[in-house]
Amino acid sequence: MGRPPAEPDVGCLSESDDWPLWEVFLRGRRGLAHQHVGSLHAPDPELALQNARDLYTRRGEGVSIWVVRSTEVHASDPDDQGPLFDPPADKAYRHPTFYKVPEDLQL
Amino acid sequence: MSPTYSEESRELAFQEAIDSDRTVEPRDWMPERYRSTMIRQIAQHAHSEIIGMQPEGNWITRAPSLRRKAILLAKVQDEAGHGLYLYAAAETLGVERRELTDLLIAGRQKYSSIFNYPTLTWADVGAIGWLVDGAAITNQLALTKTSYGPYARAMVRICREESFHQRQGFELLAELSRGTKAQHEMAQDAVNRWWWPSLMMFGPPDTESPNTAQSMAWKIKRVSNDDLRQRFVDMTVPQAQALRLELPDPDLRWNEARGHFDFGPIDWEEFRQVVGGHGPCNQQRISVRRAADEEGAWVREAARAWEGRQQSRTSAA
Repeated sequence: MGRPPAEPDVGCLSESDDWPLWEVFLRGRRGLAHQHVGSLHAPDPELALQNARDLYTRRGEGVSIWVVRSTEVHASDPDDQGPLFDPPADKAYRHPTFYKVPEDLQL
Repeated sequence: MSPTYSEESRELAFQEAIDSDRTVEPRDWMPERYRSTMIRQIAQHAHSEIIGMQPEGNWITRAPSLRRKAILLAKVQDEAGHGLYLYAAAETLGVERRELTDLLIAGRQKYSSIFNYPTLTWADVGAIGWLVDGAAITNQLALTKTSYGPYARAMVRICREESFHQRQGFELLAELSRGTKAQHEMAQDAVNRWWWPSLMMFGPPDTESPNTAQSMAWKIKRVSNDDLRQRFVDMTVPQAQALRLELPDPDLRWNEARGHFDFGPIDWEEFRQVVGGHGPCNQQRISVRRAADEEGAWVREAARAWEGRQQSRTSAA
């Protein structure tokens, strides 16, 4: 049955005999976008959807589910947060509050 | 082009971020001890949910009515769900659920010692909901503000779902308490057995909890063991009165000066025995979990084989 247990404090991302990991996204109700709610293990997309239904919608939390293999999610590096997201910081003119307009007008 | 930082300056920056209440997210740099503490705590919490299915699951077939059976089924299904939310949170730290299950079965990771006590009567289902889930909610409400994002988010979800668990337990006991004399006695007996172990759920006293200081500094833990325990006692005493059931503690009384209920000494030797593997049901809980894992192995294997075949068909077409 799989590998011998590793130390819990040693991070491990290798394949084991467990099913692959999927990220689950739910649309709470029509009119809203899908939102990430968590992850689960499943052998294939069909069972991933079934498991997501059982795990994340036991109280009617969703009307639509997306499942995506976790390995297919590409993310920005948190260490790049500055260079990546700071540029708009000095562009206050992108916000409506930058502009002076008469207060008594609906503008 | 991110600059490289020394380990110390990264730790300092990490602590500063924590101090300013910034949530830690999975891909952030974190000290190895933060990571390992978080993994251990989330895993222990997940294991508790999964093992916690057993004492109550024992009563599903013997529930006294269809209504009670449906409620108990839903509750035990929730515990499974909560275990899975938590394993998912642990996996964001770079461990796999499989490893954690192996560590549990090998006895190398713990679960809450409360689940090593047996459920002797139907009233125990009520006492677990009212007291054990009540204590768990007290602890978990504080954890909704824990510093690790995925853990905090799992807690929010779990707390929302668990309030039904506590209320169904209270309602079950209220019915028994106002029932026949034998039913009342059964309810009282369950409360007598579950009260002290519930107080132990918050862990050793602050003076004997060596990891508390670091966990508080990292905001993994937001409220100390003793403070949470006091919160639970204060909340539970009036509920017991409403149930017309006695809490089995002659020293329990309101302390006007403190603004809290005083309570008697906890038998920490019993706690150490149960945590150390000598509780009434330790062996049974782990062997049931191991059997479920082993007996389910062929299902996991078959599903993987099926998926493999689908894949090769798709690529052949």
